[in-house]
Amino acid sequence: MTVAIIDSGGSNLRSVAKAIDRLNKSYVITDIADEIIKASFVILPGVGSAEIVMNELRKKNLVDVINNLKQPVLGICIGMQILFEYSAEGNTKCLGLIEGDIQKFDESADLKVPQMGWNKVTFSDQKLKKFNNYYYFANSYYSSIQKHTTATSEYGDIFTSVVEKNNFLGCQFHPEKSSEAGEYFLQYFFQKS
Amino acid sequence: MITKRIIPCLDVRDGKVVKGVRFKNHKIVGSIVDLAKKYSTEGADELVFYDISASTVGATVKKEWVSKISDVINIPFCVAGGIKSIDDAKSILNLGADKISINTPALENPKLINQLSKEFGSQCVVIGMDIKTVDNKDYLFAKTGNETTAHSTGINAMEWIKEVQDLGAGEVVINSMNKDGMRNGYDIKLLKKLSSVCNLPMIASGGAGCKEDFISVFKETNVDGALAASIFHSGEYSISQIKSSLVDKKINMRI
Repeated sequence: MTVAIIDSGGSNLRSVAKAIDRLNKSYVITDIADEIIKASFVILPGVGSAEIVMNELRKKNLVDVINNLKQPVLGICIGMQILFEYSAEGNTKCLGLIEGDIQKFDESADLKVPQMGWNKVTFSDQKLKKFNNYYYFANSYYSSIQKHTTATSEYGDIFTSVVEKNNFLGCQFHPEKSSEAGEYFLQYFFQKS
Repeated sequence: MITKRIIPCLDVRDGKVVKGVRFKNHKIVGSIVDLAKKYSTEGADELVFYDISASTVGATVKKEWVSKISDVINIPFCVAGGIKSIDDAKSILNLGADKISINTPALENPKLINQLSKEFGSQCVVIGMDIKTVDNKDYLFAKTGNETTAHSTGINAMEWIKEVQDLGAGEVVINSMNKDGMRNGYDIKLLKKLSSVCNLPMIASGGAGCKEDFISVFKETNVDGALAASIFHSGEYSISQIKSSLVDKKINMRI
């Protein structure tokens, strides 16, 4: 059972890899379609901007590959944002797997942007309440509450911190940097099939 | 809402954690990996690793330490010390750092802030500001890792903080050189002044000596985090002790 971490050109893949390593799972960091398709789990990390990550995925011909995956896929931070239809960051058309758009936090509303630090995440489903905890966020863009939002946090407004549709799970926070809470959340993902 | 952050800082020289007073007379206080692991387990919200010899001798931070630390912690991790280019930053981030903090190279080449922010996102780009207040004016100092190279740039902190925001920085660390290692409280006056013109997350640094110092910096200013070194290295207070005394004062903390 292998976890494919998609190499979308961004940095910081090592932290995600290490977090998976700590859960005793084998992983491969890859941009090869075949390796991604064959993996039992796929992680779409993202550091940088939606525009950079989408350009990179297009250049590597991975957009259709990702859109057709049937195994559990986890998008982290920008990796979650590009699961949606559109991001205001760089006016970017995204993967369109989940209905909704990504917008920028309102700086005029006395809000410090980027949001940087530990924020409380609240799941709406009773069964997932055990994952309510503080997680680490570092983002300037966010999704408001959408049809497939499963957990929310507050920064100025209430925003989507976890989204889930079919086999696609996305989290705005960085589970790989969220101490024990993040580790439990990754275990939740790896229980899926 | 987002919690306030407690951030231990590892100042490293020649492979050992050291601590000075007012940026001078550095003494060895412990081993890098052991302290990193200890702070992460104790509930630190973030860790800063600062190679203080790097900027003064024109080298980049020792890379082996970045990966060794990132292997043993699962909290955000910021690396500082002589990062002068996109390539320097990329290699540090690839080794497991989440943010890079730049000070002297930003003062020498402000465009670097913009380039880093475009390449990695503003959340990766922290600007360290070493500030000395002289005659009520706050000046930026460069090459502060060594007392023989540290010097005033003549740049005013109020102007610089506005400029780094415009250039796309994602966070600022305000380090008061008048307070560093003195353990008699954060520079509340300076922090208040600078936060009035700053819309970025701001971290207070320099002067923490007891738990009351953390309480006052969060009660009296709107900083987002408090960085400290000596108080934790000495073993006098653990991070969890500081955090629980802040919770008692109704300050929002992750515990």
